[in-house]
Amino acid sequence: MNARHFEPPAITAFTATSALGRGLEAHARALREERSGLRRQAFEDCTLDTWIGAVDGLEIPLPPQWSAWDCRNHRLAELGLNQDGFVAAVERARARYGAQRVGVFIGTSTSGVRETERAYRELREDRLPDWFQHRTMQNTYAVADYVRRRLALCGPSAAISTACSSSAKVFAAAARALGAGLCDAAVVGGVDSLCLTTLYGFHALQLVARDVCRPADAERSGLSLGEAAAFLLLEREAGDARWRLEGYGESSDAHHMSAPDPEGRGAIAAMRAALARARIAPQEVDYINLHGTGTPANDLAEDRALCALFGRDVPCSSTKGWTGHTLGAAGALEAVLSLLALREGFLPRSLNTRRKDPRIEGAILMSTRHVPLRRVLSNSFGFGGSNCSLLLGARA
Amino acid sequence: MNGMTLSVAAAGIAAPGLPDWATACAVLRGAAPHVAAELPPSFSQLLPPNERRRAPPAVRLAFRAAEDALARWPLPAERLAAVFASSDADTGIIHRICQTLAHPAPQLSPTDFHNSVHNAAAGYWSIATAARGPSNTICAYDASFAAGLLEATLLAGGENLDTLLVVYDVPPPAPLYEKRPIALAASVALVLSARALPQALGRLRIARVARAQPSRMDDAALETLRLANPALRALPLLHLLARGAAGRATFEDAGHGALCVDVLP
Repeated sequence: MNARHFEPPAITAFTATSALGRGLEAHARALREERSGLRRQAFEDCTLDTWIGAVDGLEIPLPPQWSAWDCRNHRLAELGLNQDGFVAAVERARARYGAQRVGVFIGTSTSGVRETERAYRELREDRLPDWFQHRTMQNTYAVADYVRRRLALCGPSAAISTACSSSAKVFAAAARALGAGLCDAAVVGGVDSLCLTTLYGFHALQLVARDVCRPADAERSGLSLGEAAAFLLLEREAGDARWRLEGYGESSDAHHMSAPDPEGRGAIAAMRAALARARIAPQEVDYINLHGTGTPANDLAEDRALCALFGRDVPCSSTKGWTGHTLGAAGALEAVLSLLALREGFLPRSLNTRRKDPRIEGAILMSTRHVPLRRVLSNSFGFGGSNCSLLLGARA
Repeated sequence: MNGMTLSVAAAGIAAPGLPDWATACAVLRGAAPHVAAELPPSFSQLLPPNERRRAPPAVRLAFRAAEDALARWPLPAERLAAVFASSDADTGIIHRICQTLAHPAPQLSPTDFHNSVHNAAAGYWSIATAARGPSNTICAYDASFAAGLLEATLLAGGENLDTLLVVYDVPPPAPLYEKRPIALAASVALVLSARALPQALGRLRIARVARAQPSRMDDAALETLRLANPALRALPLLHLLARGAAGRATFEDAGHGALCVDVLP
């Protein structure tokens, strides 16, 4: 671990759009009312019998000047950007620092591949239809490029695509760029939209539940897929800002492409690195937002890791019973939910968990608690054994 | 960032006529002609047998340049942080998946699905080398090399981690090729370190500036290569390193700026 002192960036604006609704208030209300955004419904012509966390209102096209970029993923990005005064907050940062000094780091796993799927259904004489654009729809960078152009930013920019840890890792990449003085502010976020590739793909791996996803439940049978756009604005000069990215930790499992290390060694390393960067002890964490996909293997391995580092007392829950697994958007979405927990002073329960798996030893929240809190750790783990833990805190 | 200074400890490449760093060095120095030959087949020394069977072409190509670079890196590979950068990763898999999904009640191959993630190469690399440290996977379309180099610079310089950078892309199959004509397969790898290493290929000073013209290759064949694959945007830097010459290589980045890489005397 690097000896250099870590200056925690300030989080000066944040927003989320998911199956729970548009913007922070919709999310806070759903969490208070214990109302899941998951519904037993089909996505377009997908024939799988499952629950999904779909965002309403994505049938509306982008404005004409963005027609080359018009796809489900960018409609979702656009909807997300327009909540909670986020665009205005970025405009203030751009005015203050200059467009060259505001970076853009967006996580996604499938970008606009939904449009590639559609285009393949319109193949004629082995040619894809004219409306289909690779660079502005399918390419993994497309969503980061869309956000960058939409916000008129010219700072360092990249899409990060490490499967389900993508939009947790954007915080690490942005913090490095801020720390090196490469930019003064950065828009980070995650955008991933429903598509057949992930629905049928996770189904092929026998990871999709027919039932609603039930993290940490004794009878959990897999994940429910969701979609989301979540964005945060990080700034180098923390000033008196209330929220901070206090630490991050990254690791690799070196174990298997699509199954977690059952001992959770990579997860332990990521969480430990996040604590070390913030120079805090495990008992200084008030709540852990779990990766908690609801698959039998993930929840057990994560619990092993958690108990090894924190013991059995730190309250924890997965919020995927609310939103579904939003894949490349999950890291940023759950960072926003963690900030909401800090702001509102509550610990969200593990929704849809009826009877806790007796093999899971951590303090899974079976009911929502209202307590002031100071620090939240949020976990995201992805295929390829890519792990990232974020430590979010309120100013002391 | 007004310049972060790093050593390039090793370099690797796999491209038509530039099958490895030793050959590329001779070609880039002008000591040997560039012969536009297909890449001869090669087999990963690092991938375990199971993974070797499952790894898709883009992953094998990424390994090829990475293993070439590691041949001149004396420390264990497991201690390296990693940055993988690719515009399109494995379009062959996306093609197969989208073909399957165009039919009713599709049955996807589970191996195809887990290989379809953009970070497949990073996952296989971590498994093959037992590397458990930070690893990131980046995409910035045609600027993927510049974006990867920047992230690797920040890991090496900012977090003091010796870092392997691997940039790679393969040609998409038809019909995607018409929409994304990456003409040839190529990968490039660099090992970067914040330490001053006696055996280093060169010391770099890397800074981000507002727009600047990207460096080109004087040799027409090499300039064609540079533009034929996002990974080969690296050629102007490799050219300086191969010649052991001081100089500047400039790369367009994805954020409307440019990376200036000075190879120090």
